[in-house]
Amino acid sequence: MMRRAALIAVPYLWLLVLFLAPFLIVLKISLSDAALAIPPYTPTLKDGIGALISELDFENFVFLTEDDLYWKAYLSSLRIALISTFLTLLVGYPIAYGMAKAPEEWRPTLMMLVILPFWTSFLIRVYSWMGILSNEGLLNQLLTWLGLINEPLTILNTNTAVYIGIVYTYLPFMILPIYAALDRMDSSLNEAAEDLGCSKMQAFWLVTIPLSKNGIIAGSFLVFIPALGEFVIPSLLGGSGTLMIGKVLWEEFFNNRDWPVASAVAVILLLILVIPIVLFQRNQQKQQEAEQ
Amino acid sequence: MSQSVFAPWDDPNEKPLIRFQNVTKRFGEFVAIDDLTLDIYAQEFFALLGPSGCGKTTMMRMLAGFESVTEGKIELAGQDIGPVPPNERAVNMMFQSYALFPHLSVWENIAFGLKRDRKSKAEIEARVDEMLKLVRLEKFARRKPHQISGGQRQRVALARSLAKAPKLLLLDEPLGALDKKLRQDTQFELMDIQETTGTTFVIVTHDQEEAMTVASRVAVMDEGRIIQVATPAAIYEYPNSVYVADFIGDVNIIEAEARPSGEDEYSLNWIEGQAPIKATSQKTFSDGQKVHLAIRPEKIRISTEKPDDADNAMQGKVLDIAYLGNLSTYHVELPTGQIIKAQTANTRRIARRDITWEDPVWISWSATAGVLLEH
Amino acid sequence: MRRLSWFNVTSLTLGFAFLYLPMIVLIVYSFNASKLVTVWAGFSTKWYGELFRNEAFLDAAWVTIKVAVISSTFATVLGTMAAYVLVRGGRFLGRTLFSGMIYAPLVMPEVITGLSLLLLFIGIGLDRGVLTIVLAHTTFSMCYVSVVVSSRLVTFDRSLEEAALDLGASPWESFRLVTLPIIAPAVISGWLLAFTLSLDDLVIASFTAGPSATTLPIKIFSAVRLGVSPEINALSTIMILIVTVGVISASLVSKQSAVRAQKDARAAERTA
Repeated sequence: MMRRAALIAVPYLWLLVLFLAPFLIVLKISLSDAALAIPPYTPTLKDGIGALISELDFENFVFLTEDDLYWKAYLSSLRIALISTFLTLLVGYPIAYGMAKAPEEWRPTLMMLVILPFWTSFLIRVYSWMGILSNEGLLNQLLTWLGLINEPLTILNTNTAVYIGIVYTYLPFMILPIYAALDRMDSSLNEAAEDLGCSKMQAFWLVTIPLSKNGIIAGSFLVFIPALGEFVIPSLLGGSGTLMIGKVLWEEFFNNRDWPVASAVAVILLLILVIPIVLFQRNQQKQQEAEQ
Repeated sequence: MSQSVFAPWDDPNEKPLIRFQNVTKRFGEFVAIDDLTLDIYAQEFFALLGPSGCGKTTMMRMLAGFESVTEGKIELAGQDIGPVPPNERAVNMMFQSYALFPHLSVWENIAFGLKRDRKSKAEIEARVDEMLKLVRLEKFARRKPHQISGGQRQRVALARSLAKAPKLLLLDEPLGALDKKLRQDTQFELMDIQETTGTTFVIVTHDQEEAMTVASRVAVMDEGRIIQVATPAAIYEYPNSVYVADFIGDVNIIEAEARPSGEDEYSLNWIEGQAPIKATSQKTFSDGQKVHLAIRPEKIRISTEKPDDADNAMQGKVLDIAYLGNLSTYHVELPTGQIIKAQTANTRRIARRDITWEDPVWISWSATAGVLLEH
Repeated sequence: MRRLSWFNVTSLTLGFAFLYLPMIVLIVYSFNASKLVTVWAGFSTKWYGELFRNEAFLDAAWVTIKVAVISSTFATVLGTMAAYVLVRGGRFLGRTLFSGMIYAPLVMPEVITGLSLLLLFIGIGLDRGVLTIVLAHTTFSMCYVSVVVSSRLVTFDRSLEEAALDLGASPWESFRLVTLPIIAPAVISGWLLAFTLSLDDLVIASFTAGPSATTLPIKIFSAVRLGVSPEINALSTIMILIVTVGVISASLVSKQSAVRAQKDARAAERTA
């Protein structure tokens, strides 16, 4: 029994100290005031518990609502995450569908090809688009050579580049759950639909899409949730006009050294994330129950 | 047969190997084992028989040490085993799934328990070889479990659990995963091995034929209770309840009112306007007591003419015939609407059978053929 | 087997081209003689030479590998323990909180994890360096390990452990001799996942690294912020190559063992 207690206690304590406690500190600092000190906020723990509680306030949150930079950043993050999730679905579904229809002996290889990018550095994959999308980059060179454009298109440092970056890096997360759903599907269902008078297209809309719904939902959440707090993609591919909350938090912290505001931004980002996370959890649970 | 001599349960001086004393096991609200008392003797081949969920597996897991006892105690060779963890009990178990370690060879699987006892290398080798010989798997020692057949896996599991020469071997549905033909062969093999090693076996099964074949005694269980413990023959011939009579083999049950008509003799009024049935019973019933008469189909004779020497005879009509090759079971409908099953051996060719569907027939049985059971 | 329709062939071709072309371009241009990354000026391996002479990169690479090995090893031990607790722990006080803390880091934006850990380290006065990065990486990758391992443990036949106990093994022996060897593939993939995550991480490392320790992703990030650099192309090529060889050989090994298992199963049926 001692052994069991130790087994539970070690990972439990680790997470309490290095996950939950930091989190409570963020919450606490988001309610503190900025100060020209090290650490740059008051009250600190040294000031005693009484001062700690009486001096905490929601000032930083009020500040966030007053400065429309933050409003815009939240809304723009949501918009960028939504649009890129939708685009990822558009790109990912045909690939997943093609994989599910491919001959059995190809599938492990195709599967590996989808997973391989996941193991390569995220940073490098984002970086690889910089050389392609820049003004004198390969895409513009190609388009000029084809005679489609006379002047280079500005893609890098715009939201378009951010969409491309998100679609590219999160594509495997969309493909895999959809493929799993399509792979489980009995192909005789489509034949039955056609036998009952559907055209191929109708069978696709009326049978295939509804049956892969769970894969679509899971994939969309898997793209949407991390895209919302994304930092690397907007800061490498986006421009000064690209407002994303992850980037704002980073800048508040490293450039402005305003820890209380950075913490408040983090708290609100988390509150926004709670809704999709809870919905995702519920969807997963429903799916598991359906399988049993 | 040794069985006729081997009956330690009838000897008041014999000390049981295992004693369940008022054992109760609850899982939350659910009572899995309900105030159960049972003695099992050394060298017995004891079968726990019952439908799924009757508590037989829980009893076995309590013996192995995987479940604790909620109330009461279990003794092994006079010692309370409640506080002993499973790895320190002189009890081994053969799992229903066999639970062979997939990453170890057949040889290493059998040696696993011996190595835990820190036995010398030579000792382990000798014992493993002995066990491999016992189950005739010498040639497969180096194979992994997935490289041998289901029947061979079953034998490896048996060898592994016997290797430590336990006082008691538990077998959880040991033949459940085998097909019917292999199962019958293996039943006899199990009995041979039990006899040569002299180990006490406790087997859990839901297959009544299996229990009857292998066991020296059978305990029929239902809803956490033991309904009857007896030798297979006694269970079959003298069930103590309708539940047992019905669970083991096929049976006709007739409800009636008992009327004593002599020493151990009763006449049973079963339906208005019909002649009473004659029956004998060692157990006494009061006048007018409601009883069940249980008669096995093979104890009922079927004939076209009225038999003149039978204690009980009644006329009916053949409703259905189930032809099983060696036997035929006739479903005979009485004028009262009741259906009685009668079974005969097919000693003649089917073409020469003289009874067929819709035929009026007589069924008859002797006064001693049935068993009277309390209502 | 039905042939693939033209639609499926097109979507697969375009899809995989989209996934792989950017990386292929990167690899090709790492051998470009010109400093101008987008103009091809002949084949050269000089950027690889530059890369290996760049002390700062080599130092960062060494720190990164050190951090990744240590943190993924710790994460594997802790994550396997956590998985065991989740699947086998039964009921205990604060179980919901525990499983919440396991799953939350998986969906937590990295900026928040990084920020919160940094605030903790400053709060308790821990100097930022290799130790703090290791602590941070261990914490978030142990959650990934525990998800991988617990999905294996859920399907683990518990009677195997009971059989080991029954044959006289202590609980620890039964884990070491039976459970661990059988779930080893999951534990190893958990370790690899943790290793890759640590190797790859920019955001959390940026928050928790101090001036004394810089990791490779931090180095790369500050270099590419200023634009495309041929040295980074060379570095990327090396990293992509290592991963590709690793993933392909892993999938070959698993394919081979699947084929062997099939053959064994057939052989077993024959001897029956």
